[in-house]
Amino acid sequence: MLGRFTKYPSGKNSSGKLRFDLRVGLGSALGRAGSGALLPLSPMAGGAMPPSAGAPAPQQRLDGSLRAAVVVVVVIFLLLAGRLVQLQGLRGAEYYQKSTNNFIHERDWPAVRGQIRDRNGVVLVENRPAYSVYVTPRFLVDGEVQRLAKYLELTDEQLAALTTKLGARRGLERFKQVLVSEEITRDQMALLESEKESLPGVDVETRARRYYPQGTQLAHLLGYMNQASPEDLRRGYKSGEYVGRSGLEHLLEPQLRGAPGFEKFFVDARGRRKTESEIGKMAQLAGAELQREPIPGLHAVLTVDLGLQRLVEEALQKHPSAAAAVVEVETGKILALASYPSPDPNLLTGRLTRVEAQRLESDPLHPLLDKALRESYYPGSTFKVVPALAALEERLINPDEKVPCYGRYELGRHVFHCMKSHGPMNLHDAIVQSCNVYFYRLAEKVGLERMARMAQQFGFGQPSGVGLGETAGFVPNLDYYKKHGGFHGGDALNTALGQGAVRVTVLQLALAYAALGNGGRMYQPLLVERIEKPGGEIVHENQPALRSVLSVSPDSLERMRQALVDVVSDIKGTANTASIEGIDVAGKSGTAQVRKNRKGESAGWDLGNSHAWFVGFAPSRRAKIAVAVLVEHGGLGGHVAAPTATKIIQGYFNQIAPEQRPRPLLAAEPPRLRTTLPTAGGSR
Amino acid sequence: MSELRRPFAFFAWPLLVAVLAIVAMGLVNLYSATQVAPKGLFGTQLGFYSVGVILVVVAAAVDLRVLQRLAMPSYLLVLAMLVVVLVAGKVVNGSRRWLGISSFGVQPSELMKLTLILAYARLFSSDPPDLQARPWRYAVSWHLILLLPALLILKQPDLGTALLCVMVAASMLLLVPLPGRVKAAVAAVDLSAATAIFLFGLKTYQKKRFLTFLDPNSDPTGAGWHARQAIFAIGSGRLLGKGYLRGTQNQLQFLPEHWTDFPFAVWAEEWGLVGCLAMLLCFLLLILWSIYLANEARDRFARYLAIGCTSLLFWHTAINIGMVIGMAPVVGVTLPLVSYGGSSLLTVMLTLGLLMNVSTRRYSY
Repeated sequence: MLGRFTKYPSGKNSSGKLRFDLRVGLGSALGRAGSGALLPLSPMAGGAMPPSAGAPAPQQRLDGSLRAAVVVVVVIFLLLAGRLVQLQGLRGAEYYQKSTNNFIHERDWPAVRGQIRDRNGVVLVENRPAYSVYVTPRFLVDGEVQRLAKYLELTDEQLAALTTKLGARRGLERFKQVLVSEEITRDQMALLESEKESLPGVDVETRARRYYPQGTQLAHLLGYMNQASPEDLRRGYKSGEYVGRSGLEHLLEPQLRGAPGFEKFFVDARGRRKTESEIGKMAQLAGAELQREPIPGLHAVLTVDLGLQRLVEEALQKHPSAAAAVVEVETGKILALASYPSPDPNLLTGRLTRVEAQRLESDPLHPLLDKALRESYYPGSTFKVVPALAALEERLINPDEKVPCYGRYELGRHVFHCMKSHGPMNLHDAIVQSCNVYFYRLAEKVGLERMARMAQQFGFGQPSGVGLGETAGFVPNLDYYKKHGGFHGGDALNTALGQGAVRVTVLQLALAYAALGNGGRMYQPLLVERIEKPGGEIVHENQPALRSVLSVSPDSLERMRQALVDVVSDIKGTANTASIEGIDVAGKSGTAQVRKNRKGESAGWDLGNSHAWFVGFAPSRRAKIAVAVLVEHGGLGGHVAAPTATKIIQGYFNQIAPEQRPRPLLAAEPPRLRTTLPTAGGSR
Repeated sequence: MSELRRPFAFFAWPLLVAVLAIVAMGLVNLYSATQVAPKGLFGTQLGFYSVGVILVVVAAAVDLRVLQRLAMPSYLLVLAMLVVVLVAGKVVNGSRRWLGISSFGVQPSELMKLTLILAYARLFSSDPPDLQARPWRYAVSWHLILLLPALLILKQPDLGTALLCVMVAASMLLLVPLPGRVKAAVAAVDLSAATAIFLFGLKTYQKKRFLTFLDPNSDPTGAGWHARQAIFAIGSGRLLGKGYLRGTQNQLQFLPEHWTDFPFAVWAEEWGLVGCLAMLLCFLLLILWSIYLANEARDRFARYLAIGCTSLLFWHTAINIGMVIGMAPVVGVTLPLVSYGGSSLLTVMLTLGLLMNVSTRRYSY
């Protein structure tokens, strides 16, 4: 069956050339296009012919089946060529990009965030190295996740979340690192280092983390940070980067952040890093800029004195919930600003568990609320200087005229009460003893509009300009009452007493009394002294800025000053119990009645109790500092808030700035001191 | 013309030019592809070439009548080797392909491609009237000669080589003067059988390769990963390539098996569309000239031998390039003269030697 050897019997055609035949053969099979496609072949074939051209070689046409074979071959080659044109010609740029992305990886190079320091250079916020653990799913050995979780002491819940996250990665994504733990202890890091060989795909990286060495001190002012939100990512933040969320971290974000850089590096298919020399000229594909160093953030130096701040916070800690502000009278610089209780920014910055967050949220003392800036309160009797000055300036009263107080005041069908029957009172006495009846009469003469205008001069009802999400507070005028149920005479009376609709912040009150202490100059509050480069070069320095000057005569201011001095120093003064020997303070207590509007009771804290205020300046002449203290639901201002304030003032002149303490002889003011001698025990 | 000059007078010069051009491109490319391969591959390949040159000379010089007489015995010998390899072969990469003779190994499946061609050339060189008279006997013989080795090779498993055997056998069947109705019947029966085998006979990984060929994105980490990376490499070469030794996909090992199965991707990445078309043209010249040689052959055995050799070269080229550029399944077929590998290279060299043999003797008796 497999046949014998036989000669191929076909006859031979002795005419024609191969070149011609091939073209004819193809031309007949493919038409014009086919013959065109083969034209480049012809010269090569022709060129190679000479050796055989001279030989008596008989040539023949391709027979039919071979002609078909040529067609098939050419068509398949054209298909291959067409596909190559598609891949390399039409879609080349796309694949070029993909091949580049394969081996050039870009890593963010975060900038070192600037520090925040107090006025003496004490560091309030800085960065510390933290060890983060990453895994690369592609290189992780199965089953090692459990071991890793054990080393890192992950909860079952965290482990399950991690496993899900790792399982969700597909394809090239599996080469990208997944963050497992943002901060591990040194011991855990040492353990991972020693197990490095048996835990492929697990990397420990050092990152800078924000650190607040003072803990809860200044917490509200400094604020906190957390990870970039989707919206931040659109604004140019990198995934995982921290963004200032509140306080100065938020306010000074542009200055503190700096400019992040990047670093491009090369990897092979197994994720192994390749140096630029190993990879040679292929590195050029990464573009000219292989790395950009980050520009570190700027440092902020505050006007705050940490020593004083500590002293203030210690003083506030005697109360369940309180706030205080201390400002420099001649500059408006904020020396201390405190709200107690306060959270630890170290916790809020990325280390807050859900349980702790809920506890902070539901705490009846509202530790997350900055009570010095972001909440406003009735000022109570501390507001009385406003109607008093309005009356003096408009010459509506004779300040020396004595007005009897029988403990009550009638207006129409309403009866307004005083704390007691004070007897005959002039303006001075009414302020010293905080007589309400005197001020009911005064308010009737002055009227709401004049009081509102004077309050606005003191900066009430408008933001102080310090930023940080402060509230403006509120000063009612006639328009307000017309829009809200109509104006009644009693509204003016309540306003004069710092009740009704008047609301102020602790800082506003301190700034207003600073103006009383410096002859009527309202300063822009300053919190940031200057912005520096890390090397110390000053980029920007804030200068004290005058906001306005009170249109109040020096005589009226002097009357107020004398009355405020006696609030503390006179035996009948409401804050007399808070007077401290050798400390010369002018101030006003306030007891602001509150509606019981907050839910929840706390042990030893009656939410129906009035807010206790004391605000004042010291020394009473050439004042250096103004202090406002609020004790939420503390009770009588003179008894609760005033001692705290005088303690702060004493601390300031004894410990913080002894050089500013007035020399007793020069500061002595015999006519005023006389009345205080009995209570002071005759020691002066 | 003297007898001494005769072999050169009819020597297939265009064939040699095309071959030498491909060899040059192949070696240049292999040098780049083996930069990140185990050491010494390039040197080994040069060693294979020195053996290969001898084989070319032997294959070109041997008397075709001797070859015709030895066709069936050599086929049966290699068939026996295929049986032996299944029993005693070395397992490499999960399949039993290598027959070890001390440290020197040989793949009988590679040899089978050639002996299959010899066997068919012998079969169909019978008297043409006999082919017309008893076409069914030839069809059955064709099946027997193909199926025995193909099944043994599939068993190894070596899908690529088995596929090549089928393609070569089919090509030869279509190009012999059997009646058209017989060819059509064979095609119809065999295609339906092949469909059944694909559905029920393939290993899961082989099916998976077929499926990822149809949709490379269906398995982006496993089988599809290699196919996609090869496409990235080729596309990223753009018009002129990234430059010699600068193919990132190649040098940084994003390409799988890039010196054996995917050297074309290396070439495409570093030399671009221009380089690819140049290489395609060389292969096209080689194949078209081989077809021409088959046409010019002096007898039927030489003609079918040339047709078999040509179809072997053609299908090797088309399937390899096709699989690299995503037009054919990734089945592990080498690119002649460009891929690394001794068995593959020596088979190709023998094939070329046989073509030259046919060429030099095309007008002699």
